[in-house]
Amino acid sequence: MTAPVLAWLATDAGADARLAALKALGNGDEAWRDAEVLARTNLNFAQTRRLDRLVENLAGRLAVPGHLLSVRVALAASSTVQHLIPSLRMAGLRRGMRLEIYVTAYGQYMQELLDEASGLRRFQPQVCCFLLDARELANLACNGPDDALDHLSTCWRLCREHFSASIIQQTALPVLERVFGSNEHRGAGSPASRLRQINVALPTAADKQGVALLDADALANSYGVDALHDPALWYLAKQEIHPSAAPVWGDYLGRIVAALRGRSAKCLVLDLDNTLWGGVVGDDGVGGLQLGEGSAVGEAFCDFQRYCLELKERGIAIAVCSKNDDVNARAPFREHEAMVLREQDIACFVANWQDKAANLRMIAGTLNLGLDSLVFVDDNPAERALIRQELPEVAVPEMPEDPAEFVRCLARAGYFEAVCCTAEDLERADQYRANAARHVLRESFGGSATDVHGYLASLKMLASAQPFDESGLKRVVQLINKTNQFNLTTPRVSDDEVRGWMADACMRTWQIRLCDRFGDNGVVALMAARVCGDECALTLLLMSCRVLGRRLEDELFNLLGEAAQKAGVQRITAIYRPTPKNGMMRDLLGRFGFSAGDTAADGSIPWTMSVASFLPRSTEITMRLRASDEVGSEP
Amino acid sequence: MQQQDIYAQLTTIFRDLFDDDTLVLTPGLTAAEVPEWDSFNHINLIVAVEVRFGIKFQTAELESMQTVGHLADLIQSKLAAQGR
Repeated sequence: MTAPVLAWLATDAGADARLAALKALGNGDEAWRDAEVLARTNLNFAQTRRLDRLVENLAGRLAVPGHLLSVRVALAASSTVQHLIPSLRMAGLRRGMRLEIYVTAYGQYMQELLDEASGLRRFQPQVCCFLLDARELANLACNGPDDALDHLSTCWRLCREHFSASIIQQTALPVLERVFGSNEHRGAGSPASRLRQINVALPTAADKQGVALLDADALANSYGVDALHDPALWYLAKQEIHPSAAPVWGDYLGRIVAALRGRSAKCLVLDLDNTLWGGVVGDDGVGGLQLGEGSAVGEAFCDFQRYCLELKERGIAIAVCSKNDDVNARAPFREHEAMVLREQDIACFVANWQDKAANLRMIAGTLNLGLDSLVFVDDNPAERALIRQELPEVAVPEMPEDPAEFVRCLARAGYFEAVCCTAEDLERADQYRANAARHVLRESFGGSATDVHGYLASLKMLASAQPFDESGLKRVVQLINKTNQFNLTTPRVSDDEVRGWMADACMRTWQIRLCDRFGDNGVVALMAARVCGDECALTLLLMSCRVLGRRLEDELFNLLGEAAQKAGVQRITAIYRPTPKNGMMRDLLGRFGFSAGDTAADGSIPWTMSVASFLPRSTEITMRLRASDEVGSEP
Repeated sequence: MQQQDIYAQLTTIFRDLFDDDTLVLTPGLTAAEVPEWDSFNHINLIVAVEVRFGIKFQTAELESMQTVGHLADLIQSKLAAQGR
C-alpha cells in the first residue's frame, strides 16, 4: 500500500530536523511562524503527529497569534477517528485556522446529540462533522437507503436545534466489497449497493438542508480505497481511514471548514512560459510555442488552460504574473489560435522584469484581495521558492515537472474549495476584471483626493437596498462569514440564525447591491439593526472589500439614520469589535458623528449618536430603497 | 537485517512516537511499562514500523504482540522472507 501524500505541498527533506529544532525553540513568535511554515509542507503521518504535538504544546504555554482564526469543530463519528485529529488540526493551521476539536465518545454520537449534559452539547461546535463509517451506513440502510437518510436528517436537525453550527456530512467510503461485480446495482440489497444508493441520494438531501458534504467517494476515486482503508486496522481498532492516509483526509475536511469560514483562495495567479504554454515566447515566438493539437505536451497545456477557465467561470479571479515584455506576453493571447484563456479572462495582467513578490503584492492591491487569497502557479522552482520565502501567506503549489499532471495537482490541492455557488460567484471573475479597470481609471484621475469626486461620479453608481429575503439568503450568509476587513463586529452565522433575524419584528435588515458603468457588483454590503425601546442598535455592518473607497458606507449610514428617524427612537448605538483584520472599522463611526465610550479590555469600543443630530451625507451614488413587499412580488 | 540495526531503528520510532528521548528498548519491554503506549498508540507504532521497514503484519500477529523482543523478531523474519 502506498500512502496518499499531500503532493501539491513542497517536500522539505530537512523536515525531521526542523521539527526537532522547533521543539527546542523557546521564542513564541518564531516558533509559531516555523510551525505554520512546516504545516505548509508535505509531511507524512508521523511528522504531522509530531508537529501537532509541538503546536498543542505551544498553544498550552504561549498566546495563539491573532491572525489565526479559532474554530470549534466536533467530529460525531461511529468509529475510531482520534488518529485523524492531528492531521485535521494541521490542515487548519495550513489555512490560518486554529481548530479546537471535540470527538464524541465511541459509538455515541446520537446519545451526545440528545443528552443536554453531554460533552458535545457543552462544546457547542461551530462546525459539526458527521463521520459515519460504511458498515454503520449499510446497516442503517438494510431496508433501503431512505432509512439511512432519515437517520442522517435527524442528526442534522438535532444539530440545528442545539447548535448554531455549520454541518458537514461525510459520504460513504466504498469499503464494502461487491458480491455481483460490475453490475452490483442489479442486487439492490447488497451492502455495496446500499452504500452506492446512499451516496447517490445524499447530495439532494444535503442541499435541501444546507449541509456540506465531505465526499469520501471522491477521495476514494482519487487515491483508491486500498490506500485509504486497511481491513486489519478496521478489525483491530475500528479505524476506517488508515493512519498514513490521515494527512490527505485531514486536508480534505480542513479545506471544507476553511471554505465555510471564508478562508478559501479567491485568485489564481499564473506564470506564462512553460506554465500556460510550452516554450518561451520571447525566444521562440508565438509560432514556436507548444500549444494545441498536434503535440501531446501542447494538448496538456490547452487542458490546463481549460481548467483555469473553468475556475474563472466559477468565480475565481485569474491573474497573470510573468517575467516578460508586456507586448511579448500578450502576443499569444492575441495571435495564437489554440489559446483557451483570452485577455478578457485575465482580471489583472502583469508582465515586467520586476521580482514576482513585488508583482504579487501589486496584483493583490489591484484586485483588493489579501495575499492569503492568492494561489501562485509557476513552473520555475526558484520563483516558487522566492514567493514561499518572501510571501508565506501566498499558497504556492509544487507543480509537477510534466504539464500533463498540472490539472491533477492544482485540483487536488483544493485551494478553491467552495461549499455553495451563488449567482454572485458566477459573475465574480468578471467583477474582479471590472474592478481592475476601475483601478486603472482611478490612476488616470491621478489618484489624488481632489479628483476622487470626479472619479466616483464617472463610475455612475446605482445602489439598491432591500431587506434580507430567502432568495438572497445564501449570499447574505456567505458575505457575513467571509468578510474580514470592513466588518464592524465580524459575527459568523448559519442560515438559520439569519432566518431568525428575518422573522424578528424588531430587526431591520438591508442587503445592498451596487452597479456602475463597468458592471453589476452584486450584493456587496449588509447591515442589520435592532429597534428596541428608544434605541436603534446596529448589530451588523459589513461591506465587501471590492467596493471600498466608493462612499457606499456613507449611504449605509444614511439608511441607518433614516430608519432610526422613522422608528422614532432617540439614539443609535453600535459596538466595534476588533479582530486582526478589521482595523479600518475602528474610527469609522467617529467619522459619522458617533461618540465613543470607554474601550473595553478586549479592545471593543461602544459608540452612540443622537438621532436628532443625524444629517444625511451626500455621495456620488444614487440609492434606491426597495420595500420587502416589493421584493415579495418579484419572480 | 541484524537485530542490532532493527533495535536502532525501533528506538528512533519509539522515541518520536512517545516523545521521550531517553527511552531505551530491551527485548522484555512491554506496553505496560511505557506510560503512553496505549491501544491507540499501539496502532500508531504498528503503522510507523510497517512504513519504516516496508513490511505488513497480519491481524493475528498484531493481536498477539506483547513485547519489544517479539516485535523485533517478527520484523526480522519478515525482512528475511523478503531476502533483506
